[in-house]
Amino acid sequence: MMTMDEFRSLFHNGLSKQNAGLVQLLGLCPLLAISNTVVNALSLGLATMLVMASASGAVSGLRHFVPHEIRIPVFVLIIAALVTVIDLMMNAFVYPLYLVLGIFIPLITTNCIVLARADAFASKNHPLHSVVDAVAMGLGLTTVLVVLGGMRELAGQGTLFSGIELVFGEEARQFVLHVLPNYQGFLLAILPPGAFIALGLLIAAHNWRLARAAQKGRVPVPVAA
Amino acid sequence: MNPLIKAASRNALRTGVILFAFAVVATALLTSTFNLTHSTIEKSQQARKMALLDQVLPPTLYDNDLLESRQSVPPDDLLGSSQSTSMWIARRGASVTAVVLEANAPDGYGGAIQMVIGIDVEGSVTGVRVTGHRETPGLGDYIERSKSPWIEQFVGKSLIAPQPKHWKVVKDGGQFDARAGATITPRAVVKAVRSALDYFARHRAAIVAPRPDEEKKA
Repeated sequence: MMTMDEFRSLFHNGLSKQNAGLVQLLGLCPLLAISNTVVNALSLGLATMLVMASASGAVSGLRHFVPHEIRIPVFVLIIAALVTVIDLMMNAFVYPLYLVLGIFIPLITTNCIVLARADAFASKNHPLHSVVDAVAMGLGLTTVLVVLGGMRELAGQGTLFSGIELVFGEEARQFVLHVLPNYQGFLLAILPPGAFIALGLLIAAHNWRLARAAQKGRVPVPVAA
Repeated sequence: MNPLIKAASRNALRTGVILFAFAVVATALLTSTFNLTHSTIEKSQQARKMALLDQVLPPTLYDNDLLESRQSVPPDDLLGSSQSTSMWIARRGASVTAVVLEANAPDGYGGAIQMVIGIDVEGSVTGVRVTGHRETPGLGDYIERSKSPWIEQFVGKSLIAPQPKHWKVVKDGGQFDARAGATITPRAVVKAVRSALDYFARHRAAIVAPRPDEEKKA
């Protein structure tokens, strides 16, 4: 079983210390492409988390049957098969949700963070730990995505939660916040360059926070490469 | 045989067999999931297609199975198509009442804009929907019905109303609205809808002919 400390340290890793979006910088392609609104970002984040949790669980459960030399092809096989199964199942049984998340699922297959966690963590740890680690990593990625989506949406079109009716139905349209009424829009924020700029700002803020915490704790500041 | 080589080849064989076993299990898993979900997925895709057709063609106009009426249309410049596209033929009783055409606006700002266009037998537009495009988000994407009602202004238009010289955006002296800042996108859509009407006018006789199976190749 898992102690509270282990649990906490896994979450600290996923959310901050080893954050996939801000520290490991893995899986940037979908991160940069889909973070133009909060709703898109949240959808992609949750779908990624679902895939990561099931992939890590499966890899960890099968880890004793996989010889070291062929672990990467086997992991790729497991992840690809699992993602395809999730894709088909969602398409068949939760079609409205699939219409929203469906386009992200094939994107997730190519997301190296899934394989990275499978190889770096799940292949060496108990399934329970592996699933918790994947959820923590996924949560960290989702947080970054949502903040990034919020920044870009606010700067780009002056709203928050636009497109929410695609996820929760037409009645949810009233939850769209027009934060800046009569806003002219700032196209750069919505286009890909906006994603790079906003992510850069987030990474800088994250590093600054870590450095300050390190200084307070009288620990030498890690030198940025 | 050298024992080292023997051990190595035994190891290679072992990992090979394991990899093969994983591949077999994964394939079996995928095959059974596919078989389990195939018919449900097919059904929801059909329903989605039907929902799209419903948006461009009022269901009161026909009583046949619209999805079943699909025909392949060879590539045509008027439809902006370089590959075969689909045409659905709506009938009431034996007579054709309308068609739904797939068409492309090849000269959008971000490449081709894909559309479906409903045209009744008199040659008036019953509805237009954009099904795919790569226009600038927040600028040219108001052609999507989910973003704005802009696309509705085509309903009821035909080749005689407005006059051909008015089948343009307002800025070019025509009748169709366009938002400031993005003129290329609506210009492309207006032109493509007009071309689709032209296409229908030219092939009307063949499409409306009572026996669709004997219809001449367009």
